[in-house]
Amino acid sequence: MISGAELRLSELVKRYGGASAVDRINLDVASGEFLTLLGPSGSGKTTTLSMIAGFTEPSAGRVVCDGQEITSVPPHKRGLGMVFQNYSLFPHLTVRENVEFPLRQRGVAKAKRSEQALQALELVELRERANAKPGQLSGGQQQRVALARALVFEPRLLLMDEPFGALDRALRERLQIELRRLHKELGITVVFVTHDQEEALTLSDRIAVFNEGRIEQVGTPAELYERPETLFVARFIGESNSLQGQVTEERFQSEGGVSIPAPGAVDGPSVAIIRPERLRVLNTRVEAEECALHGRVRDVTFLGAQLRIEIDTPDGIMIVRTGTENPAPQSGDAVQLSWLPGAAAIFPHRKDARETSSSWTETLAPSTSSSQS
Amino acid sequence: MNEATRVRLPIRLWAAVAALLLIAPTLMVVPLSFTSKRSFSLQLEGWSLQWYEKFFTDPQWLGALGTSLVIGVIVGVSATLLGTLAAYGLKSLRARVSGPLQVMMMLPILIPGIVAAIAIFGMYLRWNLSGSSLGLILAHITLALPFVLIPVSTAMRGLDDTLTRAASVLGARPMARFLQVELPILLPGIATGFIFAFVTSLDEVVVAYFLQSPTLRTLPVQMYSSVTRETDPSIAAASTLLLVLSTLIILIPRLVQVVNERRAAKQGDVE
Repeated sequence: MISGAELRLSELVKRYGGASAVDRINLDVASGEFLTLLGPSGSGKTTTLSMIAGFTEPSAGRVVCDGQEITSVPPHKRGLGMVFQNYSLFPHLTVRENVEFPLRQRGVAKAKRSEQALQALELVELRERANAKPGQLSGGQQQRVALARALVFEPRLLLMDEPFGALDRALRERLQIELRRLHKELGITVVFVTHDQEEALTLSDRIAVFNEGRIEQVGTPAELYERPETLFVARFIGESNSLQGQVTEERFQSEGGVSIPAPGAVDGPSVAIIRPERLRVLNTRVEAEECALHGRVRDVTFLGAQLRIEIDTPDGIMIVRTGTENPAPQSGDAVQLSWLPGAAAIFPHRKDARETSSSWTETLAPSTSSSQS
Repeated sequence: MNEATRVRLPIRLWAAVAALLLIAPTLMVVPLSFTSKRSFSLQLEGWSLQWYEKFFTDPQWLGALGTSLVIGVIVGVSATLLGTLAAYGLKSLRARVSGPLQVMMMLPILIPGIVAAIAIFGMYLRWNLSGSSLGLILAHITLALPFVLIPVSTAMRGLDDTLTRAASVLGARPMARFLQVELPILLPGIATGFIFAFVTSLDEVVVAYFLQSPTLRTLPVQMYSSVTRETDPSIAAASTLLLVLSTLIILIPRLVQVVNERRAAKQGDVE
């Protein structure tokens, strides 16, 4: 078991021309932690990883690994493991020679490095393909070889740049499970980059959510999901419904006419975010509660353990996820939506920030499920 | 018979006809070189190796062959080195700069050989390079450069930047990165470049004719002079030898590839 490295990024800046790709990032990664840099493309997460690896020289700030400043150390002297999105196996070397590559650079004797390479391949269950060329392997196998190659010299920090981005969904999930197992077994520190929030939630001890070169929030998956600090995080992590409106005297009034208590909220244009599983669908005969919205069922999708219901309301389409034990409403039914006062999170509507209204539509339930419309 | 083979058969036939049309005229020299008569006649009456004997005993023919081979190798090596460096340089430049530069280096292919030959001859007279092997080598390097630049640039496009990055983060110093990752990936392109450069120099006749001197005469020039002065079938023997040599050289990379694949397949079976 390796003890993972501690990584500290302080006031890290990368400017290209006048624009800041990364703008004063501060981040501490604990030994053995699995930390994910999550954000849409162009949010600065890949540039940040590239500065940790040493491919990109920061414009300002420091990268410190185990108390040693490595900001200007060239990549080949940093001793990091790294896995890339496009596998980056050397096409002219066999699988075993690829895994031996980092050992060869470190002057390990031939017999020893062959043995270590085979051990590393065993770790990813590809020992029997040791003499194949990378081109003869599937994408998933190639990425496992790349992982073995990144781990064979027992680095204390592993960097992963969207490693599963090019793989299909089933394979991605299998490799995610395998990666979690390896991370637990090896005790290595991992910094993982992805734009896929589901992947980040599955794998990470903590997630740093990037937006426009800054970190919006750092926290455990549960913290980010349950207590998002910004509108961006609320929308980017998990599926959510948003109501546009106005806060006046600690009350949120939506454009569609719902009133929600908003203790502590600042007056002005605001957005209320409600998770789909916090909404309840009631028929119209029930006495209307305080937090309720009338609407008409638009579509009901059966997802196995859950139903996903789309409802047209004066505030736009609301999405509800509910168990299948209750009788499902039919398309066209008039219903009301209700929720507990604490279920809605109110955020001031930032005009300056780039709107990411698409961030939750990306995460809608799989379209393969049968629809009852 | 499935769909694919039904389509493939006419295509194969067509390819065979096209190949025959391309090769047949060249192959005519082979029977000519074995004739027993002292003329360029296709009415073969007897077989003889006398023209080969003459080729290999006549100091003029043999000297020309030697000159061609030496110049070809020097041109091949130099053009490969320069062309590879040029491809590296072009890759790291911005497109606005590298585009025109690349076109400039390709010009020798586009300019008619005779025009280039006259221009080079004129300049060399002033520089006192005419008739010297150095002059001919420099001229041939210029002509051969595009044939190196094209395959090496193509190979370089297949060299993903992340491979270099991966090598670097895994601990490879710049020299090790070049020797262990970049060079092996570029090697097929570089080898192709070398072969084309060598063959370009070996076959080139116009510039070599202008720059010739009694002591500097390449095989194609010797053949050309011989055919204008006498119609002696030794030229057919020389042509046949040149043909066999060029063909062999072009086929070498393919043969190496086949052997490697066989070996790889065998290893795969053992596993």
